[in-house]
Amino acid sequence: MTAQRDDALAAGSGTSARPVAPGKVSAQQVSVFYGDKQALFDVDLDMPDRMVTALIGPSGCGKSTFLRCINRMNDTIPGARVVGQINLDGENINDRSVDPVLLRARVGMVFQKPNPFPKSIFENVAYGPRIHGFADNKTELADIVESSLKRAGLWKEVADRLQAPGTSLSGGQQQRLVIARAIAVSPEVILMDEPCSALDPIATAKIEELIDDLRSQYCIVIVTHSMAQAARVSQRTAFFHMGAVVEAGATDEIFTNPRDSRTQDYITGRFG
Amino acid sequence: MTDAALTPAQAAKARARAEAETRLKRRYRAEARFRFYGRAAIILALSFLVLLLGRIGLQGYSAFTDYTVSLPVQVNADRVDMADLGGSNFNLMVAESALALLGETDDPYGEASSEMMAILSADLGFQILDRLRADPTLVGQTITVRGPMKANASLYYKGQISRDTEIGGRLLSDRQLDWLDELRERDLVSGGFNWTFMSRADSTEPEQAGVWGAVVGSAMMLFVTALLAAPIGVLAATYLEEFAPKNRWTDIIEVNINNLAAVPSIIYGLLGLAVFINWLAVPRSSPLLGGLVLALMSLPTIIIATRSALRAVPPSIREAALAVGASRTQTVFHHVLPLAMPGMMTGVILSLAHALGETAPLLMIGMVSFVPGVPETLTSAATVLPVQIFIWENASERAFHERTAAAIIVLLVFMVLMNLVAVLVRRRFERRW
Repeated sequence: MTAQRDDALAAGSGTSARPVAPGKVSAQQVSVFYGDKQALFDVDLDMPDRMVTALIGPSGCGKSTFLRCINRMNDTIPGARVVGQINLDGENINDRSVDPVLLRARVGMVFQKPNPFPKSIFENVAYGPRIHGFADNKTELADIVESSLKRAGLWKEVADRLQAPGTSLSGGQQQRLVIARAIAVSPEVILMDEPCSALDPIATAKIEELIDDLRSQYCIVIVTHSMAQAARVSQRTAFFHMGAVVEAGATDEIFTNPRDSRTQDYITGRFG
Repeated sequence: MTDAALTPAQAAKARARAEAETRLKRRYRAEARFRFYGRAAIILALSFLVLLLGRIGLQGYSAFTDYTVSLPVQVNADRVDMADLGGSNFNLMVAESALALLGETDDPYGEASSEMMAILSADLGFQILDRLRADPTLVGQTITVRGPMKANASLYYKGQISRDTEIGGRLLSDRQLDWLDELRERDLVSGGFNWTFMSRADSTEPEQAGVWGAVVGSAMMLFVTALLAAPIGVLAATYLEEFAPKNRWTDIIEVNINNLAAVPSIIYGLLGLAVFINWLAVPRSSPLLGGLVLALMSLPTIIIATRSALRAVPPSIREAALAVGASRTQTVFHHVLPLAMPGMMTGVILSLAHALGETAPLLMIGMVSFVPGVPETLTSAATVLPVQIFIWENASERAFHERTAAAIIVLLVFMVLMNLVAVLVRRRFERRW
């Protein structure tokens, strides 16, 4: 799998220059209701493969809600209802035939607060591959754990203490551990819900670096409060406001030449 | 700058500071007062506890020691009917031997021997019967038996019956007291740990009564309760908390479980009477029946404790598991339940400890009966510790009073042990990471 990806990577290097093809993930007319309250209004958004799409917007604008539609985490919230279509490789994930459990193996997620399992570092990463039956034996499992930790840039720091509890790591390390856990099940899409909001600037820098590395292999969607972060890590940006996408496009465009006045107000710090 | 030169602004500032200081003092006083109330409440509660435990301890400790007598008994062939061994009066035989030992003889009315019988336990007679049954050739010989004194005699040795009390007010006559002194002087009597109390079941004779039957009954009953209530309660709670949809029906169920936890325990006894005895024909006063009733009683508590333990598991752990593609069941069994384990176990153990001390529902299902044997199966008649305490408290013999207190001590020891286990389990399973 990795080899294939590497080939694809070689073929498609210089991704940002590539014309925006139909997204790896593409949302069409997505609305979300929590009980009677509508949180998202007819969102259309394309999130291309091998790019980072940043979702920005003021608090409560629905960007996290939208993110949680992509791996159907909203299913777990009582009273939440999602309408519309979200296509992953052209297949509607809201279709009855799609199993959310299998979907979540394809669409990994990293949360705002690092949430490692209260188990060892090894177990944290090994859990996903184990339940999905990705490894036939212990050696294979150890290989997956090692390569995932390496890709998450954590291997050097934890190689000699894989049996230590995951929660004994620092906040930034925990967040990278959680990213390694998501990578371990070989997802195609990685969703990140404000992954750096609980971290100090140095840990944030490391995560951003990591996101930039991972971009070559995955479709990454990141929700962020920091405009600077969106500008640094993303190639595409969507500005959410009041539950709707106001403007979406290449990050450079959005930040230098926004078409909508609300976008301009937000990125220049006039509200939000 | 001198005081007189204070500007109005400075004066106002000084005034404000003085006011702030008095306010601060008042606040500290309120805090000190509150601390005092708290300490007083704790001291009051502790002193009541000490009073209670002290009284029980003082009353009960003496039951853990007892006096045994060792007597050579002349097995008189005339007195033994080999055809009907059990029909022979061995107690009289023992009494006569004791009298002979002390250099006395029985009077024609048998008053001396009956007074002697009143200080020697019938257990000695039973021992001779058993020995003769095993070996009939002992007839005509002298055999030495060792057994308990009658409870009143032990009370005298323990100093709880005094020679100074007037005859009418004491349970032993002067002559009996003389005999007891004589027996002790001749070193025939020895004191020691009361193994009888720890190894036998109930008896009409205090010196032969023990708590073992009740301990075994309690253990069997608790076994049934734990076997039923723990898995059912934990599974019900897990389903309700993790899987059940939140709608009106689950709300109704939740309210009803909370209400059931508050239902007086005697109602569960009535329910057990109606359902288990009358309808399902479970043998009455059996550990099985008691266990069933107490399982019903413990279920709501266990469910509530388990649910709150599950609720205490951070939702981020559930999200983490779901996000890597674990199914709901995997999330619950791999991550949520292990984290909730200490809380769940504590809840289960504490509600079992509560069940161990429960009396009222057991009275309704016929466990308040005289059971002289140690129960052998789950369906044999049994009694349990709290009910045994209840029965002995109502007994008239004075020696049962110390045994009541001693049984309470035994029950409390079991309670403390269970609570200790709860604490240890909590420590063992609790992950601080």
